[in-house]
Amino acid sequence: MARDDVKTGYKYVGTRPNRPDGLDKVTGRARYGADFSLPGMLHAAVVRSPHAHARIVKIDASKALALDGVKAVVTRADLPTGLTGEDLNLQDNTLAGEKALYDGHSVAAVAATSQLLAQDAARLIEVTYEVLPHVTDVDAAMAPGAPVIRPGVADYSVPEGMHGNVARYMEFGHGDVEAGFAAADIVREHTYKTEATHQGYIEPHAAVGQMGEDGRGEMWVCTQGHWYIRRMSAAVLGIEAANLRVTPSEIGGGFGGKTTIFMEPLTLALSKKAGGRPVKLVMSRSEVLRATGPTASASMDVKLGMKKDGTITAGQVYFRMQGGAFPGMSPIGEALPCAFACYDIAALKHEAVEVIANRPKAAAYRAPGSPMAAFAVESLVDEMCRELGLDPIEVRLKNGAKNGSKSSYGPVYNVIGLQETLEAAKAHPNYAIPLGKNQGRGVASGFWFNHGGETSVSLAIGEDGTATVMIGTPDIGGSRASIGLMVAETLGIPYEDVRVNVVETGALGVNEPTHGSRATFASGKAAVLAAGQAIKEMCKRAAAEWEIDAEAVEWKDGAAHPAGPNAGKFPPMTIGEIGSKMGGSGGPISGHHEVTAEGVGASFGTHVVDVEVDPETGRTTILRYLVVQDAGTAIHPAYVEGQYQGGAAQGIGWALNEEYVYGADGRLQNPVFLDYRIPVASDLPMIDTVIVEVPNPGHPYGVRGVGETGITPPLPAVASAIAGATGARIRSLPCSPPKVLAAIKALKG
Amino acid sequence: MRYHTPTSFADAAAIAAGASGTLRFLAGGTDVLVQMRAGMVQPDDLIDLKHIPGVDKIERTAEGGWRIGVAVPGIVLGGHADLVRDWPGVVEGMNLVGSTQVQGRATLAGNLCNGSPAADSVPGLIAAGATVTVTGPNGSRDLPVEQVPAGPGKTNLAKGEVISAITLPPRGKNGGDAYLRFIPRTEMDIAVVGCAVSLRLDGDKVVEARVALGAVAPTVLLSEACARAIIGTTLDDAALGALAKAAEGEAKPISDKRGTKEFRIAVAGVLARRAAKIAYDRAKGLKA
Repeated sequence: MARDDVKTGYKYVGTRPNRPDGLDKVTGRARYGADFSLPGMLHAAVVRSPHAHARIVKIDASKALALDGVKAVVTRADLPTGLTGEDLNLQDNTLAGEKALYDGHSVAAVAATSQLLAQDAARLIEVTYEVLPHVTDVDAAMAPGAPVIRPGVADYSVPEGMHGNVARYMEFGHGDVEAGFAAADIVREHTYKTEATHQGYIEPHAAVGQMGEDGRGEMWVCTQGHWYIRRMSAAVLGIEAANLRVTPSEIGGGFGGKTTIFMEPLTLALSKKAGGRPVKLVMSRSEVLRATGPTASASMDVKLGMKKDGTITAGQVYFRMQGGAFPGMSPIGEALPCAFACYDIAALKHEAVEVIANRPKAAAYRAPGSPMAAFAVESLVDEMCRELGLDPIEVRLKNGAKNGSKSSYGPVYNVIGLQETLEAAKAHPNYAIPLGKNQGRGVASGFWFNHGGETSVSLAIGEDGTATVMIGTPDIGGSRASIGLMVAETLGIPYEDVRVNVVETGALGVNEPTHGSRATFASGKAAVLAAGQAIKEMCKRAAAEWEIDAEAVEWKDGAAHPAGPNAGKFPPMTIGEIGSKMGGSGGPISGHHEVTAEGVGASFGTHVVDVEVDPETGRTTILRYLVVQDAGTAIHPAYVEGQYQGGAAQGIGWALNEEYVYGADGRLQNPVFLDYRIPVASDLPMIDTVIVEVPNPGHPYGVRGVGETGITPPLPAVASAIAGATGARIRSLPCSPPKVLAAIKALKG
Repeated sequence: MRYHTPTSFADAAAIAAGASGTLRFLAGGTDVLVQMRAGMVQPDDLIDLKHIPGVDKIERTAEGGWRIGVAVPGIVLGGHADLVRDWPGVVEGMNLVGSTQVQGRATLAGNLCNGSPAADSVPGLIAAGATVTVTGPNGSRDLPVEQVPAGPGKTNLAKGEVISAITLPPRGKNGGDAYLRFIPRTEMDIAVVGCAVSLRLDGDKVVEARVALGAVAPTVLLSEACARAIIGTTLDDAALGALAKAAEGEAKPISDKRGTKEFRIAVAGVLARRAAKIAYDRAKGLKA
């Protein structure tokens, strides 16, 4: 669609150059969290609770401290008291207080002169537990008789009479749902469940921390947001944020799971106790799975009314989600608004409760809450389409949100691309391929809000006419390349002349993490505006030399030009010339922009998947997979496609085999990649992508975030494809072979 | 921890017999080293067998079978054309273990001694009728492979005993074997159920058969009932149905994180049928 307020025909934006961090990464030169070392550095190990719920009676570290080379042990007694709210939750999760609240909860930490010695010392720390009753399932945690894990956890929102594990309640809606259901030809209602899954980033959490007796500290850490690490670590340790300087490493995946702290403050607490020697702590994979944020598990009731022509007359959901033993971590506040975000329905009712259970403190995971909500709602839409013999894309086109629709959660959508993704999916060759025996096709759409957030960016012009950009959002998906392209476009200089660096907390104002699909949108927007500021200054310098008004100078193709014949006749002054003379023309030239970024463009996508199911084993093979998503403008199309494919791969894993498996003893049964089954490369076909571009008017180049929406449709799309292949509808993820085979056998009776 | 590098199996057995604490033998190390790093085992004595002459060799026996050294890694087995021609089922089982990197180290003897009921190479060895030579303080003895595992993580080897070679019998004419496992993914996974079939034909008729089932009991099972179901048949649909039923009847699995009891029983029957067909085609000289 052509719009006159959107510029097209870019020179750099939309091209596919190599990412600036690519060579470092493929040659091993890139420094990840665990690659950082300092002279005199100690190594740390953590003692973790083997119990899902236990009172900590006594911690005896005397044997560990007696070992030669063991320099410090910290327990909760070493941390300050008096914290409240989320700061207290973070502290409670960093080191257990009176109680261990989940299998893997850290109880003590030790620093020693080698990693092996630290591990030996950790085994010598004797913890006496009084084991308490536990609960790990979301529905079981709300059932009468379930142990109340943390009395008084409920906030003001929880209605009287709910179970003591319910921490939060919310509801909203519009229209008359009862009238809507009465007007429908069919009304269907089912319960859907999703298990907790882990972000599964390849790089485990790692940090090196150093803190002296004066309470001034420094940390090098693998994170999506070092200002968050600074604020949270400072709060847990009772120090001022300004006294902690945090430098991010390269990052081997985050997906939301590295936007918070888990063990990072322990490096500082141990360092302080060890006389200021730096301390490195690197989690093992098992520690990552047991004790860092998986996403929530969910149990969801959905009711929909549909007319025979596919018109959805009303919808109603009641979601129950647990995000571990800490309140505030289950994403009900995102899941509910996402549930019907793809639709324009006259009457909707949303209701949800957050429940706590003896599981690790959940963290964000790619579009937190949206995949679960989509699994429930999009599965039921598909069930009703099949029952009425309707095409799932046509039904979504009919009921789908459009420009100007009032969203299911309140705001009016400005310019959105859902309809365009549906049309592109319908027109794609994959949608017309005939299916064979035991094969099925699933369709689903998905949504993510996208986010702006606190952003601070600086840009400096070099003496040679290059530009250095300082951003505060760690690059987890190619954002240095995309920001470099936008700055190159704005300045009119080659992409290779722009270097984008992720800088430490001491170099910029506060930045929120790379979360909410915001880095290319928000840091990109700020970088473009900072470049504009530098351009203004460069025009001023040229004007001064030409002795004309600054307003009479315009910037194009990397040079200052007189703006029209009246401004005078001067040859263009290039950025290189201006840079080489800036010392004498008024000093360094830079630009800066800081803002809580607004103008976010909502993100929609539609996926189509074909599967084949082995009817004798219930095993599902993904035959082909199509992601269609609106990028706004694809600044670097290859990395946009990478985000689409990555989201789909994670969603397929969630749909098919990934799950947290807890034993009756409340211990996690599968804290290794052997048994926590993320897809391996050979499990997936090349994932087809179509980039739809409906530019976001809130961004100078039309950017919407692209990182998160892609994980949302796969859960229902895969389950619906399996239903198509087998006739068996799986309403409880994962669609693992035992579950699918049992469902096939149940159909046969 | 004491690390030993004996140069004969007699020396290895003597060190093992004299050890008092936790002992592990080290061949490829793909189980032992992982377990040590995970803190699951902390050996007092670690005996590396790779310094013993011959442990990296694959040799023809006088009878026409194969003698395989205890340190021969999977990738070497897979690259040995004559061995693959004789015992494709044994080799394909071993080659399913781990990743390409792991294949560069992992061994048949290690996979067997790790004692996992889900070990991918063990059903193939049992179906093939393989034996192991066990060297102890009092000399050597031979033992059928099916008598080595005692339960998850346990073997029937006595203190001081170590496997010093694996022997595959002569393949002979008109024989074929195959191994299949079920995993939810395509690789880098552990068998939820495994099944190996080795058989010999006379014309179209099965005259000898051995069927082994993995991950459906505390040890890999050698099933006579499964063998009986197909011996004397042309592996027609009735025979395959009887084989599946026999396999389901033999399977005594548990439900765990990797699969339910009901699922394992059903899939044992499915895999037995499918593996028997492949073995049959191989015996016929058809490509499979």
